[in-house]
Amino acid sequence: MNNLVVLPLLIPMLGGLITAIFRKNIIFRRLLSLLAIVLTGAASLLLAAQASRDGVQLLEMGGWPAPFGIVFVADMFSALLLVTSSLVAMACLLFAFRSIGEHRERFYFYPLFLFLIAGVNGAFLTGDLFNLFVCFEVILLASYVLLSLGGTKIQLRETIKYVVFNAVSSMLFLVAVAYLYAVFGTLNMAHLAQLVAEAGQSGFISVIAVLLLIVFSLKSALFLFFWLPGAYGAPPVAVAALFAALLTKVGVYAILRTFTLIFYHQPGLTHDLMAVLAALTMLLAGLGAVSGKDIRSILSYNVIIGVGFIIAGLAVFTLDSVIGSIYYLMHDMLMKALLFLLGGVIIIIVGHGRLQEISGLIRNHPLTGWLFFITALALTGLPPWSGFPGKVLIIRQALAGGAEHGGYFWLAGIALLSSLMVLYSLLRIFINGFWGETVLPRAMEKGSAKGLLYPCLILTLAGALLGIGAELFYPYIALAGNGLMNPDIYLQAVLGEVI
Amino acid sequence: METLMSILIGVLFTIGVYLILERKLLRIILGSAIISHATHLLIITMGGLKKGDAPLLALGKTSYADPLPQALILTAIVINFAITAFLLVLAYRAHGELGSDDMESLKDIEHE
Amino acid sequence: MKGKDVILQTVTKMAAYIILAFSVYLLAGGHHNPGGGFVGGLMVAAAVSLLLLAYDIRIVRTGFPFDFKTLAAVGVLIAVMTGMGSLIFGEPFLSQNIFHLHIPVFGHIELATSLLFDIGVALAVFGTAMSIIYMISEDTCAWKR
Repeated sequence: MNNLVVLPLLIPMLGGLITAIFRKNIIFRRLLSLLAIVLTGAASLLLAAQASRDGVQLLEMGGWPAPFGIVFVADMFSALLLVTSSLVAMACLLFAFRSIGEHRERFYFYPLFLFLIAGVNGAFLTGDLFNLFVCFEVILLASYVLLSLGGTKIQLRETIKYVVFNAVSSMLFLVAVAYLYAVFGTLNMAHLAQLVAEAGQSGFISVIAVLLLIVFSLKSALFLFFWLPGAYGAPPVAVAALFAALLTKVGVYAILRTFTLIFYHQPGLTHDLMAVLAALTMLLAGLGAVSGKDIRSILSYNVIIGVGFIIAGLAVFTLDSVIGSIYYLMHDMLMKALLFLLGGVIIIIVGHGRLQEISGLIRNHPLTGWLFFITALALTGLPPWSGFPGKVLIIRQALAGGAEHGGYFWLAGIALLSSLMVLYSLLRIFINGFWGETVLPRAMEKGSAKGLLYPCLILTLAGALLGIGAELFYPYIALAGNGLMNPDIYLQAVLGEVI
Repeated sequence: METLMSILIGVLFTIGVYLILERKLLRIILGSAIISHATHLLIITMGGLKKGDAPLLALGKTSYADPLPQALILTAIVINFAITAFLLVLAYRAHGELGSDDMESLKDIEHE
Repeated sequence: MKGKDVILQTVTKMAAYIILAFSVYLLAGGHHNPGGGFVGGLMVAAAVSLLLLAYDIRIVRTGFPFDFKTLAAVGVLIAVMTGMGSLIFGEPFLSQNIFHLHIPVFGHIELATSLLFDIGVALAVFGTAMSIIYMISEDTCAWKR
């Protein structure tokens, strides 16, 4: 029992409630939400330290033991994601202070922001499938309101589409949960894993696994990403960055967790399916990114490419490739938030996102330009930056591993091609927007970038640390990957002596 | 009984999908609500349909019903209640702001 | 608003109290019997909706002069705090406890900490339901004028 495990969920939730009750004073709400995020980050760091030192941390709610009660489990993988998400949340919050606008601040922006963080952290920590569903819904409900907050026409339309589509996919999730309950009579992930391992993954169970894969693909924009560019293009920058960094990644986390812990017995079916989906995702989203004319849509397609890449690592399914996936997942959370924030700075300065009409920003905004350049390099996966270690692990394993399937050469090829597409699409923004004649004098700028670059700097530093200090972080990430590839560690921790 | 329920669930899903594919916003909302009801029925059918008391073994109850599907459904109902309520308010706001509840006519709104 | 309906108003005056009393019964009995915070909260909301139908929104507003969104937040806060109480005692989060009391008139009473949780849930549900109803009904008034 370790009550620390629930704190990353509890602190933002309490912060959100208190900011919802006392909403007269904006300064108070800002300080309180920042405090909540900082405390969450501290709790996550502590949890990561404990998980690396003492192994998997467990909390059985109300003292009910594992297969019967609700459990929260923090292994190294969860803890690393918690730390990353706190960092991203802090940057987005700092960005929101300067850019979100008083109207939204007066309404329930801060409580919703904190509830979203609470939901994300809950999803990373929960040990059973139904609570995963509940946490998804907490995240989604907060995101619905954040998406529609402000109520411009385009926001209203995109929110309607987003809510209906998510409501239906959540119902599919429940259908899969119901089938699993009918077969095994339990929803605790560790218990499920144990029962599946004992009974063998028959065709019927694989069908449920694929149904879950469809649900998580819808949530994480793996192949089924038709909803994403519209929804992420509508809300204000700080919200879009938070969505880009965290929302899809929760779906990715769910795929990584369920398909390494429970449904890993038939990789020929599920993981090969994932490989195909990941390849298609990278190709199609790459085409979208390359052909985009609007900054928002180019950035949104880049989010989807990242998801495809992470799942490609899981599909190859060797220890090193999964470590690469985790590495890339952390890098992607940080860098996608940074990318959206920087793109947002451009949009705030110029007042629109049409790439054709932007030019020569670097004269007045050199720092923004060079930060954007660094981000583009990091996302492409060039060496000292943070995208490199993950990419190199995944691609090397795709070329070498999976020999019994005849190799994953095609997957590695498409992954490399997609990296090129990322580089091309982002450099197009850089060249188009920052080079050339300065058509926009300082006095004509729509908004001021003052103070907006500090959160971007924080994220850049974190990304650089993750890339340059790869050697430093590798043991922890390897521990997380090891935990994923050896489900017995997780089972032992949750179920104790039952095994 | 399970067969009957399965057929009913299938019918509800059909109706829900049909309604969601309509163009009018209100029908889409009703469709998603009906799909959620179908899912709740599915959960309780999958948990096994039987009569019995609450599972308070300490009070000497011998025949008891599985409480977990019921707890799951209660949670799912609450969540769906919230989503449907939000959708209704959203549709209402959208109707006031956009002047239409026809999804087709919302297509060509651009960033202002 | 159209003309007042005397019969509806007279019935509402009595029925509202019965519904409110029943909702308290549901709320308090939720530990062992069917009922609990969610139903209790919805029941109170139903009573207030009835008042809204029979009377005007302004009259109901004078009867419930607080912000329902804040009420909902307070409700969730109470529920979360109940779970957090166990943190102080070093028990796992959400642990519960039962106290037994003897009160002269009512006799033996069982007080569970889950009742506090239920009260929080009831407030949250009541607040949420009412703020949705208010949001739509107030808006309509402004629109018609």
